[in-house]
Amino acid sequence: MSAKPETRNARASATVDGDTLEVTLAGAWRITEPQPSWPDLLGGRTPARVRLRLEAVEVWDTSLLLYLFAVQEWCRVCGAYCDVSPLPEKIRALLAQMTASHETSVPFDRSESFLNSVGRATLDTLVKAREISHFVGDCVLSTVQLVRSPRRFRWRDCIEEMQQCGAMALPIVSLVSLLVGVTLAYTGAIVLRQYGGDIYLADLIGLSMVREMGAVMTAVVLAGRTGAAFAATLGNMKANEEIDALETLGIPAVQFLVLPRLLALAVMMPLLALYANALGILGGMSVAYGLLAIPPTAFWAEMLATVDLTDVSAGVIKAVAFGLIVGLSGCLRGLQAERSAAGVGRAATSAVVTAILLMIVADAIFAVLFNALGI
Amino acid sequence: MNDATPSDPAPAIEVNNLECGYNGKVVLKNVSFTVRRGEIFFIIGGSGCGKSTLLRHLVGLNTPTAGTVKFLGRSFTDADPVARRGMLKTFGMLFQSGALWSSLTLRQNVALPLEEYTSLSSAEIDEVAALKLGQVGLGGFEDYFPAEISGGMKKRAGLARALALDPAIVFFDEPSAGLDPVTSRKLDELILQVRENFGTTIVVVSHELASIFSIADRVIMLDSAQQGIIAEGRPRDLAANSRDPRVSEFLRREDKPL
Repeated sequence: MSAKPETRNARASATVDGDTLEVTLAGAWRITEPQPSWPDLLGGRTPARVRLRLEAVEVWDTSLLLYLFAVQEWCRVCGAYCDVSPLPEKIRALLAQMTASHETSVPFDRSESFLNSVGRATLDTLVKAREISHFVGDCVLSTVQLVRSPRRFRWRDCIEEMQQCGAMALPIVSLVSLLVGVTLAYTGAIVLRQYGGDIYLADLIGLSMVREMGAVMTAVVLAGRTGAAFAATLGNMKANEEIDALETLGIPAVQFLVLPRLLALAVMMPLLALYANALGILGGMSVAYGLLAIPPTAFWAEMLATVDLTDVSAGVIKAVAFGLIVGLSGCLRGLQAERSAAGVGRAATSAVVTAILLMIVADAIFAVLFNALGI
Repeated sequence: MNDATPSDPAPAIEVNNLECGYNGKVVLKNVSFTVRRGEIFFIIGGSGCGKSTLLRHLVGLNTPTAGTVKFLGRSFTDADPVARRGMLKTFGMLFQSGALWSSLTLRQNVALPLEEYTSLSSAEIDEVAALKLGQVGLGGFEDYFPAEISGGMKKRAGLARALALDPAIVFFDEPSAGLDPVTSRKLDELILQVRENFGTTIVVVSHELASIFSIADRVIMLDSAQQGIIAEGRPRDLAANSRDPRVSEFLRREDKPL
């Protein structure tokens, strides 16, 4: 690139000589600067021949080739003769390259018919369902192997994960649970107050938190926090060929990476859910005292009359199941991630969506099951 | 870019007493050298001597703790953000891994700098992208995503992107790393072709002896112990005449029995 101040911008002029249009290009042709337009120069003329002259060009780059190519293409379409013989050999060679790349550059059509799309989506769904089955099967087999030889289990990784997904999640779980308790209390108070059943707010809060909301809200928080982190970590490891390295050493990725995470979540989820129950009830109790003037002792006594150990157990069972779902979704999507930055991002998103979807399905199944068993 | 007028006296790159480092730790100090226009200039040295660090400081990815860098006579290190952005157009960089944007096709990767810095129409941008990809031997792969091509092709696509704006200077960070000798040789030929076509100044960080001896006009050699340049000159001259054992050992590695 020239830094000479006297260098002027790209210019093009034309003179007519019989049926020949002589085009003279001059100045500095830089792709980052404005260039003259060929249609403007042509001005509606239709010459039989176009001769190109570049003697006055001071500096040039691809922008000059682009202009020459436009002239050449116009001549080809209009049946005019384009005389490139006055051009330097190097420019003619580059122009030939440009013509060749124009011909070979055919847009790659990735679109397909509706039926093809439906068929492909169906097959994809079947493949994904099979992959989930394989993954769950792998996890079960690896667990059995580890029960037989527990020394091979990565206890240190598991404890680190427990800290990450358990202790480190306490602040966000506290906030969410407390606010859920408060929201439930306010909503319940609107109806119960009308019938003079203020005290039954304790039953509503206690049952909702212990059987349902404690486990569900903790699982939602962990799906966003831990499930996405699992997917991103494993996806990144896949992109860096770290998982391939494990496989070549004969160490199954499921055993080495997935089981410690699953166990960590299966242990920490019920503990977090119990903690969430306590915080939710505390939030509800505060609102009951502040809004309906129900003393905490009365709230507690009324709640204990309705909520028993069976309800707490139901919530804990759900929490274990949700923990496994969050862990399985995160690890599965991480191991399925494409080997690219975008692939890792998609895996993290997909892990959260899969976990929440499966969790809601599991919650519905639990509701039917507990009802049938009279729990 | 071709310059039909007599060449400007200012060299392509002037580095004066540059000091580079991270987190308070000095990696290189008192680094001074000049790269002439149209030259193929190699920065060589053993692993960990600071070659890539120097390159990152040259292109502004890291800020030097002292010293100046001038491109085409204009100071880059002291330039204000607006001038600096303008100067970024004058150089391109090929990263070690190609560093292609994975969510964009090769055509879109090459088109992005053109969309950012030129007023070309989208049809013209497509033509330029196809030309640049064709020049690096990737004609017909315009609509492939980076994940769908090999490592060597990614490097060539990265080169096409680096050349999109016809920069006056192109930096290469370990272009041969991870490539087989044939592909590596083809990349060297491409570097020569880029210089031949557009008179581009090329700066290469490498320790690939075959490339150094086949395409380098001049080299500087860095050393981690000395934290700076220990040799400068034509590679064959240094290999034949240098009395510094570190230089001769590096450049005559194939002659030394194991």
